[in-house]
This record gives sequence, structure tokens and C-alpha cells, in this order.
Amino acid sequence: MAELTVVKAINLALAEAMRENPRVLVLGQDVGVDEGVFRVTEGLLKEFGPNRCIDTPLAEAAIVGAGVGLAISGYLPVCEIQFDGFSFQAFHLVENHVRRFRNRTRGRYTVPMVIRMPYGGGIRALEHHSEAPEALYVHLAGLHVVIPSGPRNARALLRAAIFSPDPIIYLEPKALYRAFREEVPEEPETLPIGKGRVARDGSDLTIISYGATLRAALEAADELDQEHGISAEVLDLLWVAPLDDELIHTSVRKTGRVIVAHEAPRRCGVGAEIVARIVEGSLLYLEAPIKRVTGFDTVIPYFANERTYLPDAGRIVHAALEVARF
Amino acid sequence: MPREVLKIPLRLESLAVLSAQGEVDASLEPQLPESDLRRLYKTMLTSRRLDERCLQLQRQGRIGTFGPSRGQEAASLGVAYVLRDDDWLVPSFRELAGMLWRGWPMSRLLLWWGGHEAGNIVPENVCDLPMCIPIASQCQYGMGIAWGCKLRGDGSVCATFCGDGATSEGDFHEALNFAGVYNLPLIMVIQNNQWAISLPRSAQTAAQTLAQKAIAYGMDGVQVDGNDLLAVIVAMTEAVEKARTGGGPTLIEAVTYRLAMHTTADDPSKYRKAEEVREWEARDPLLRFRRYLVNKGLLDEKIEALMEEEIAKELGAAVQEYLAYRPDPYEFLHHMYAEQTPELRRQESELRAYLERPAERPAQVEHAHG
Repeated sequence: MAELTVVKAINLALAEAMRENPRVLVLGQDVGVDEGVFRVTEGLLKEFGPNRCIDTPLAEAAIVGAGVGLAISGYLPVCEIQFDGFSFQAFHLVENHVRRFRNRTRGRYTVPMVIRMPYGGGIRALEHHSEAPEALYVHLAGLHVVIPSGPRNARALLRAAIFSPDPIIYLEPKALYRAFREEVPEEPETLPIGKGRVARDGSDLTIISYGATLRAALEAADELDQEHGISAEVLDLLWVAPLDDELIHTSVRKTGRVIVAHEAPRRCGVGAEIVARIVEGSLLYLEAPIKRVTGFDTVIPYFANERTYLPDAGRIVHAALEVARF
Repeated sequence: MPREVLKIPLRLESLAVLSAQGEVDASLEPQLPESDLRRLYKTMLTSRRLDERCLQLQRQGRIGTFGPSRGQEAASLGVAYVLRDDDWLVPSFRELAGMLWRGWPMSRLLLWWGGHEAGNIVPENVCDLPMCIPIASQCQYGMGIAWGCKLRGDGSVCATFCGDGATSEGDFHEALNFAGVYNLPLIMVIQNNQWAISLPRSAQTAAQTLAQKAIAYGMDGVQVDGNDLLAVIVAMTEAVEKARTGGGPTLIEAVTYRLAMHTTADDPSKYRKAEEVREWEARDPLLRFRRYLVNKGLLDEKIEALMEEEIAKELGAAVQEYLAYRPDPYEFLHHMYAEQTPELRRQESELRAYLERPAERPAQVEHAHG
């Protein structure tokens, strides 16, 4: 057992997969000699050489496009996009080809690739380094989209992603990269696609969240419990596509009161889909209107003011009290 | 010393083997088996007849929008001829002749233009990709496939097609740049057919040739007469040999002409002159190759009539097979993932419950061919 940060846990998952299967390749900008701008790919060039840990020219579309071609020809590429805000340079290839080849060729060619990128705000970065674009990918059928919330699940989920037969968008909350350590077991672990978890048991209301916002949700649950005597259940979705309906409906039917919290903008965000599913499947169990605590329908402010934008425990508590007292 | 002309050690050539009248330059003539020469001609002719039939079928409402390959048969056929089965052919969508050579059944190509995904099912014997619509995006995965060839080290190569319009897209340049940096066994073939819908080649780039774009990416470029099947074969043979032996990528500009419309949805008389089309009709690749074969004594009216008869029969059977195709209306829900997700399972049940509801007519997939 070792105590690892999220960065180290992702690094470990990459190294484990590369050791286990010679078809696993890592490619991206500065992933080799520089070991990644967040050091996620530390040691990989040294251990696996430049044919498997590949420093590429600066071209996101070509990184993803090369990944598509490599995957079609039998490799398991893990493409790194240096920051979420630059993923749009490759978005057309994700839409046009990454997600379509299996369906297009009725299974003759598949694209078992992973596109990893640092995701979300909270690290006081420059413009275009703090976006939360998950809803754009969730909308593209053919992809699975996963957002880990801690070191142990980051490692297990990346392993699941690398060996998945389908393309996976793996979003790494950068606010969590070095936020805390967690024990991870000696042996590699994996987690099933599309399954979330109950991060904290509760009975009065449900807070549904994922990624870095999960920490705010857990803090909020503590505060609700200690200061207001409200028992909040907190769900950690992990996969925003496909969504774990069973997890959501089970909790909602138990508590009847729901908060959805994420840092991405509200309009057509993952929260909107969650609320729609609750309304479709569990409406008659609800005791109060659902509230969403999210980023705003703006661009995320430059970092001096990003804290105002990002959901924190205070905003979640505020919304939860309204829902609890309805 | 402070100012001198840079010497860039890369080759940029132009190449033609047949004259517009079909006269051969013996010093450049490739020595091809006679049976291959006849088969090549038959494939060009088949492509032309299939193309013509597709236009008819489109006018009859039996297929959807169609983009003809008329006039461009030599460029894709010459490339496909040189490839081995374990090489990769990554088409754009005007490579009908090349795809026929690789073994794509005519009925399958009809399915594609008829709006069925089954038209993308790749023949078992070859490593080809299906047609690609977003311009130049195929350059990117073609480059990735070439990278796979290099990593496997089995001597296989990847030929990727794009058009003159594609050379303005970022994907084209990014793919060539990567191919140069990693010395990939990629042959990028530009079918310069002079028109990107309504935009002429002269308005697409200020560069004198498209082949010269190779220089910027550290690779050789060749501008070949794309209506000269032999020239395409010669250029492609050299490029493939180089790629197989670790010599890296080549950019081939095949200068050709789109004799028909971009697709059945546009009217070329709006943007180009009839005289221009007539000039290019005189350089029709099919007629030139025909003259070459006649001069060599490999083709006469009798042989050609026999070919036409065979083609008409095969084409008739292919059209019948296409028209008889009835897809499963739910199939589109089955191939997005290795295993259908719970979300999609639910959506499929909803759809089935609706479409198969009792006491009403069962719903049918709409067929363009009725």
C-alpha cells in the first residue's frame, strides 16, 4: 500500500498498463522529456522509450487523429491534450471519427483510445486553462466520459479506460492533482464503466456530484450534519456518460430531495440531464423542487475571480437548506 | 555569405508517361503484365459505367446525393494497383475506380450512396477504410495508420487521398507534418481535380503547385499527370518502394479534372465554362489508356464489346442486389459501443414499443429507392 496523489496515481496506472500490454502508447505534447506539464507522465519515456512515450509536435488534432489511426491499426493509444481549453482544436476529430468508426464500419474498425486532459478550474491558471467541457463530450454518442474524484479511483478508472474497447474521454480535475493523498493497493485495480458510488450515506437529501466539486459536496454534507442536523447522502458519479441511473434513482427515492452540483455551466450541463432523468423516473418520490449548484452560463472568470464562479460548500449548503425546508 | 539561396535537398518533379493522345514515352513506360493492363482498363470502364448508373439512379430517386468520379479514374486506380492487400487505402470519396480494384463490390458502393451504413463494410481481403466526408480529416487518421505500419515494421504502407480543397484545411498540414517528423510510410495523394465545388484551384492557394507543399514538411513531392494511369503507377511505385524501406512519406499531386458536377446537388455551369470541360474531356484518362492498349494490340472493338457486356451484366446484378437490401431498422442502436449501454437499451425498448404497437401499421425504414 502506498499513499499517492491523483497525479501519481494516474502516472502509476499509465506505467502499469504500458508494462502489461506493449500496444499501449502514450502521446502528446511534452509528455516525454518534460514528463508532462503536471508530471503525469513522469518516468515513462525512460522506462518505455520514445516509440511508446511520444513527444509530438504542437497539434491537438494530429495527436487525436494519429490516435484514431493507431487504434484502427491495433494499438491502444492514450492521447494527452495539455489543457481542457485546447481540446477544441481536436474536437472535430472526436466528433467525426473517434466516436463513429465502430458504428460506421459495423465493428470492423474500433477506436479503443483514451483522450486524457487536465480538467476544470481552481488552480489560478490563465484563460483557456480552466474549462469544464464534459457536457460537449457527453452529447457525443460513441464515447464514454469519466471524471475521477480521488487517487484510488483515478488509477482504477484509467485502467478501465485504457483497456475498454470503446473510446474514453478521461477528464482529470486539476484542482485535485495534488490536493490530497490516498492509499492505493499494491495490485492494479479496475472499476466498471458506468458505475458511480455513494461517497457518503445519508437519509434527508441527496447531493449528486463528481470531480473536484465532490469535495465541496462532502464538506457541505459535514456542515449540514453538524450545524443543521440534516443527513445528506453524497453520490460520486465518476462516469458522466453513461450515467448510473440505478444509483441516482435509488438515492432519490430514499431521500426525496436533491441537489446536483458541478462546476461546468448550468445550461444543458450534466445536471440538466440528471434532473430530467429524475423527473422522468422518480418524480412522484420528490418532496421538493430540485436545485442545481453549478458554474454560471458565462465563461469562467479569469483566475482572480474564479472562486466566485466555482461551486463551493457554502453555495451547496445554501441550496440544500432551501430544498430541505421546502 | 549573409544572403544566399537555400539549398533544400528534396525532390520536386513532374511526371507524365502518356501524351494526351495516348502516345507512350518508352523511356518511362512501366513494364506491366498484359493481363494486368486489360484488367486495369476493365476496372476503369466499370468505374465509368457505375458512375453513369449512379447518376441515373440518383435522378430516379433510388440513391441519394451522388458525387461522381468521372474523369478521375486513373488517379485512384493507379494508386490502388501498386498496393498490396496488407497495405491501407484511405479514400476520400472520389476513388471509385481504386476501390473497385481493391475488391469493393459495386452493390456495396451503391449501398453507401443509397444511405446505408452497410456500404462501409470493408472487404475482408484488404485493409481499406470507408469513404470519408469531412474534408481532409481522413489525412489525420491515414497518418495514424501509417504510424501503425511503421511500429509493426512489416513493410506495409498507407495511401491516403484528399482533394485540392483539402490542402487548405489544417488537418492536411498537421498530418503531413507528423508524417515528416516521424518518417512515416504514408503516401498522401492529392486528387487535384481543379475545383472544390465552385472554387477553382487558382483561388485555393497562391502556390504554383500543390506538390510543392511537400517541401515545407521535409518530404519529396511529385506532380503527376493524374489522367495518365501509367504515370500514376510509376510515381506510386517509387513512393511505395521508398516508404516500405524506411524512406518515409511522399506527397503526390495527381493533376486531373472533375468532368461532372461536385455532387448531384450542384450545377457546374454556374461556376465554370463549357470550353474548359471540353478541353479536359479531350484528356479523358479512359480514352488515353484505351489508345495505349489499342496501340499495343491489347484491345480492339471486339474485346471491348465483350467487356462492356460483362460489365453491364455485373452492374445489373449489383443494382438488383442493392435494391433488394432491407436493413434492420434497429441496427443503428447496436453499434455505438462494444456493448449496448443501459441508456440505449432503454431507448431501443421505447422505440420498439412505439413502432411495434398493436393495431397500427408496422413502421418501415424509409428507402430512397421506395
